[in-house]
Amino acid sequence: LLVLCLPLSVADCPGTNSAQAGRAAACQGCPNQRLCATGGAAPDPAEAAELRERLRSVKHTILVLSGKGGVGKSTFSALLAHGLAADEAKQVALLDIDICGPSIPKMMGLEGEQVHQSGSGWSPVYVEENLGVMSVGFLLSSPDDAVIWRGPKKNGLIKQFLRDVDWGEIDYLIVDTPPGTSDEHLSIVQYLSATHIDGAVIITTPQEVSLQDVRKEINFCQKVKLPVIGVVENMSGFICPRCKNESQIFPPTTGGAEKMCQNLNVSLLGKVPLDPQIGKSCDKGQSFLSEAPESPATASYKNIIQRIQEYCDQQHFHEEKIR
Amino acid sequence: SFLPERSNLAGVRHILLVLSGKGGVGKSTISTQLALSLRHSGKKVGILDVDLCGPSIPRMFRVQDSAVHQCDSGWVPVFVDPDKSISLMSIGFLLEKPDDAVVWRGPKKNALIKQFVADVAWGDLDFLIVDTPPGTSDEHISTVEALRPYKPLGSILVTTPQAVAVGDVRRELTFCKKTGLRVLGIVENMSGFVCPHCSECTNIFSKGGGEELAKHAGVPFLGCVPLDPQLSQSLEEGRDFIQEFPKSSAFPALALIAQQILDGASQRSS
Repeated sequence: LLVLCLPLSVADCPGTNSAQAGRAAACQGCPNQRLCATGGAAPDPAEAAELRERLRSVKHTILVLSGKGGVGKSTFSALLAHGLAADEAKQVALLDIDICGPSIPKMMGLEGEQVHQSGSGWSPVYVEENLGVMSVGFLLSSPDDAVIWRGPKKNGLIKQFLRDVDWGEIDYLIVDTPPGTSDEHLSIVQYLSATHIDGAVIITTPQEVSLQDVRKEINFCQKVKLPVIGVVENMSGFICPRCKNESQIFPPTTGGAEKMCQNLNVSLLGKVPLDPQIGKSCDKGQSFLSEAPESPATASYKNIIQRIQEYCDQQHFHEEKIR
Repeated sequence: SFLPERSNLAGVRHILLVLSGKGGVGKSTISTQLALSLRHSGKKVGILDVDLCGPSIPRMFRVQDSAVHQCDSGWVPVFVDPDKSISLMSIGFLLEKPDDAVVWRGPKKNALIKQFVADVAWGDLDFLIVDTPPGTSDEHISTVEALRPYKPLGSILVTTPQAVAVGDVRRELTFCKKTGLRVLGIVENMSGFVCPHCSECTNIFSKGGGEELAKHAGVPFLGCVPLDPQLSQSLEEGRDFIQEFPKSSAFPALALIAQQILDGASQRSS
């Protein structure tokens, strides 16, 4: 006798600090239910105040997300950081919360650097005077070291990154994330509620296999009330350097990011073509924007970065008006 | 350790995990093509998709609208064709709305993975392929722990050629070492692109990093798979690439990977 399985309740974890912790419908069957229901997992209000204080001097915060792995989040985060830091008057911070696969140190040419502690906290590692970086990569002594941690331990480190790093006064805090909609994503949104998040930039590639995950990420943003600044379609076509014909290596069989953005009413910030120089620059730890200024991909990236900057400036403008 | 006779994995001859430290390198692609190749060699194959946030497997077989049923022994896996030679389990089949995000913290993910490993009634399989999300976290720890009594054959690690990817896969190798998971080999995916118009080869994501890593780590190198728009298209449409496009550029490498896995498994059996 076959019985149809009921659709899974994907009602979400209400958050360990929510009034519903342990009591919501979603908590049924969660191994942490008893801990949450008895308040064991609630955050310390003093800790929340500490975070608020530490993040007081951050003007704009941008999360770089994707449901899908390998679409170019870290690449984009690194280039966004370089792009914004091109204005020497701006102070930019790049925080890498991909605990298991920290790509940012290599992409920023900072492999092998270590974190120093001072009286005022952990020092970020500076690429330029106005561009500081933090990643678990700086805490590992060997490139073979694996961070085999379950969720709670990852959350603890993310909290430390926000609480203990002495970022100073920052104009832009960019947060690079791992793929998915899990501990890291819930935690960063929770901890950053102490400051204001301007929004999320969502990265995808054109094919449906990516888009199906990215729609979930956009759904996540709606669930946690995170504004979506827009979507970037990466790896959007490849022009053969010899014959100049275009190939759709990752084909937009369902209309690509353009169609998805129309359907979900979010902005398409731009499309970036494949360029072998991008991967090379990342591997060398150099900014692709500086290494290949003539590439069509550079023009696309710069356009997108400008649109993000304009979005943030408008936010600031609206805040000022309210005050 | 004691294995109940009626365990749902009792009829599975070989279990192998497809891992990568890095996202988007082709774990699900390799899992799918390996299953198709093994099927064409006459084997019965199951795929267990433990990527709970981004389940790719159902669409790759064009069964994303299928539902899961329960029987006396547990959950019935979804068969991709009347032959019942490939069966699947994924959270993708269990969601009411496909665009709903599964926003779960570790403990809830772990609970479902334990159920996936214990409660799917696979029946008799030659191979169970476990497709994983990127990383070395809850899903990976829980899956390896739950499968340990069933002595998995080992793992295939997938990477793309460039250093940024290899950097993460090195950490995955450490994960395998620490959890006692044998590494069957490394696949270097997206290794070069041959322009279909003029045959010029461009190394879009660099070249050679996977092979070098295999040498450095002392594990077998299973081969380079090139970028192949026909493969990407097949995955989009849930088509059987191995059956329909044997002349396409990725085919020889994919067939070779399957052959090496078959050879390794029969050596292990004897």
